[in-house]
Amino acid sequence: MRRWGLAFGLGFLWAPILLLVAYAFSADRIPFQWGGFSLRWFAALAENERMLEAAWLSLRIAAGSATLAVLLGGLAGWALSRLGPFRGRALFGTLAGAPLVLPEVVTGLSLLLLFVALQGVLGWPANRGALTVLLAHATVGMAYVAVVVQARLAGFDRSLEEAAADLGASPFTVFRTITLPLIAPALAAGWLLAFTLSLDDVVVASFVSGPAGTTLPMLVFSALRMGVTPEVNALAAVILAVVGLLVGLAGLILQRSRRNLPGAG
Amino acid sequence: MRRLLLLAPPWLWLLLFVAAPVLILLAIGLAEPAEGVPPFLPPIGWEAGHPVWQGSGASLATLTEDDWYALAFLRSLRVAGMSAGLCLLLAYPMALGIARARPSRRLPLLLLVLLPFWTGFLPRVGAWIGLLRDGGWVNGVLMGLGLVQEPVPLLYSDAALLIGMVHAYLPFAVLPLTAALLRLDPALEEAAADLGASPFTVFRTVTFPLSLPGAAAGFLLVFIPAAGEFVIPSLLGPPEAQLVGRVLWDEFFQNRDWPLASALAVALLVALILPIRLFQRLEAKP
Repeated sequence: MRRWGLAFGLGFLWAPILLLVAYAFSADRIPFQWGGFSLRWFAALAENERMLEAAWLSLRIAAGSATLAVLLGGLAGWALSRLGPFRGRALFGTLAGAPLVLPEVVTGLSLLLLFVALQGVLGWPANRGALTVLLAHATVGMAYVAVVVQARLAGFDRSLEEAAADLGASPFTVFRTITLPLIAPALAAGWLLAFTLSLDDVVVASFVSGPAGTTLPMLVFSALRMGVTPEVNALAAVILAVVGLLVGLAGLILQRSRRNLPGAG
Repeated sequence: MRRLLLLAPPWLWLLLFVAAPVLILLAIGLAEPAEGVPPFLPPIGWEAGHPVWQGSGASLATLTEDDWYALAFLRSLRVAGMSAGLCLLLAYPMALGIARARPSRRLPLLLLVLLPFWTGFLPRVGAWIGLLRDGGWVNGVLMGLGLVQEPVPLLYSDAALLIGMVHAYLPFAVLPLTAALLRLDPALEEAAADLGASPFTVFRTVTFPLSLPGAAAGFLLVFIPAAGEFVIPSLLGPPEAQLVGRVLWDEFFQNRDWPLASALAVALLVALILPIRLFQRLEAKP
């Protein structure tokens, strides 16, 4: 019974994805209809200037926002699990976790209103586009990184850091030689999570972006509103291949780091 | 001193990009719509060096007076509840299967559940558009089995909406359930079995009650984002499925009524405060 339940659930999750990838190689113009093996939709994708431009923009936004999210979320997660009580800790924790539970439409609309207000008061950001999307995605990504880092720090013993300090290491040396290597896998996982979240987001980006900042998901969403096309299927197959590769890589890194750090959970 | 230096960047960021936007949202919900860019009059203006109140509760009043919005809220909460319930039904046997699998198989199985989540949200919704249309796979299978004679209009229906929701959010329900089942001490189940309980009785009296916190967390983890969901209802659901996320989107992008959209966002937040608090409580005491 349990096995069947698991198999059914996994089948439900995977069947559409596998069918989509298989039919990306179909020559037929109608999606999910087999018309012989062909790479024509991948070729069409490679020649679609708008799509490529949007993909390049999305990749840059994702990389930039994920990097910012790791820096800020790493600090936030570290503060929440290592600093003990500090002034405003409860508010800090609530704010750090808020983007995880706020509906996307609320996050998008409220950030847009902030950018409009800032523009009115400071004149910055002068126009909305890649930069505003990057700032919004960094804010959401930061919350996820903070959770991952906090969980990682809670999982290992404080005494490692205390021992280093007792042996005369300066706080900075303790951080560099003990804390940083221990949370490095969490930072890598957090970066990857923030990166894919940014690459996947259509709602927040639609609110905070401007005419010059059409990201790949925004483009795909407007295409899907007209119905699915074989080109979108080919794009999904490419995304799947890249994500599969990245996740496999991340899994390897995590496994390695676990082996190299006895006692770290 | 050094602590302050390290704390300052995340503090400032959170105040500027999380706290301030929510406060501005509250303020604009009380603003008066106006022609121009941006299309509203700030609720507090300056006149001869004094702040003057020029806002109104008109947008909030519209929400309570026009049934359209109350109906959208009810519809959203119902769809979110049904999505979360269906996710739990599917996730429970999956979580049991993972928790009872050999330890070496657990991680690969969990990865199989999580990987679809990483493959992109839009492509997965797109796949369902292709599968559910009249000439699509699902209709082909139904007709092949002789269950139906001609294609059933599946796409742009409530069924398609729910299928899309469950497919998108299922991993969110599996994770906390699996965690709860893995935390459960097997000695408790063994003790019940040794005392003569049948496998079903063991499940009913030991396993199931102890997994309830995980089930509640899974339910809320699906319910909270599903309540404000915009993309799935607009791509898979029927045109009349006017859920809150979609109504807010249209008020903003089509009607350019920013105060009303903000008031809707505030109302959505208020409606979700209870489930969010509940979820945070469950998370706080694992």
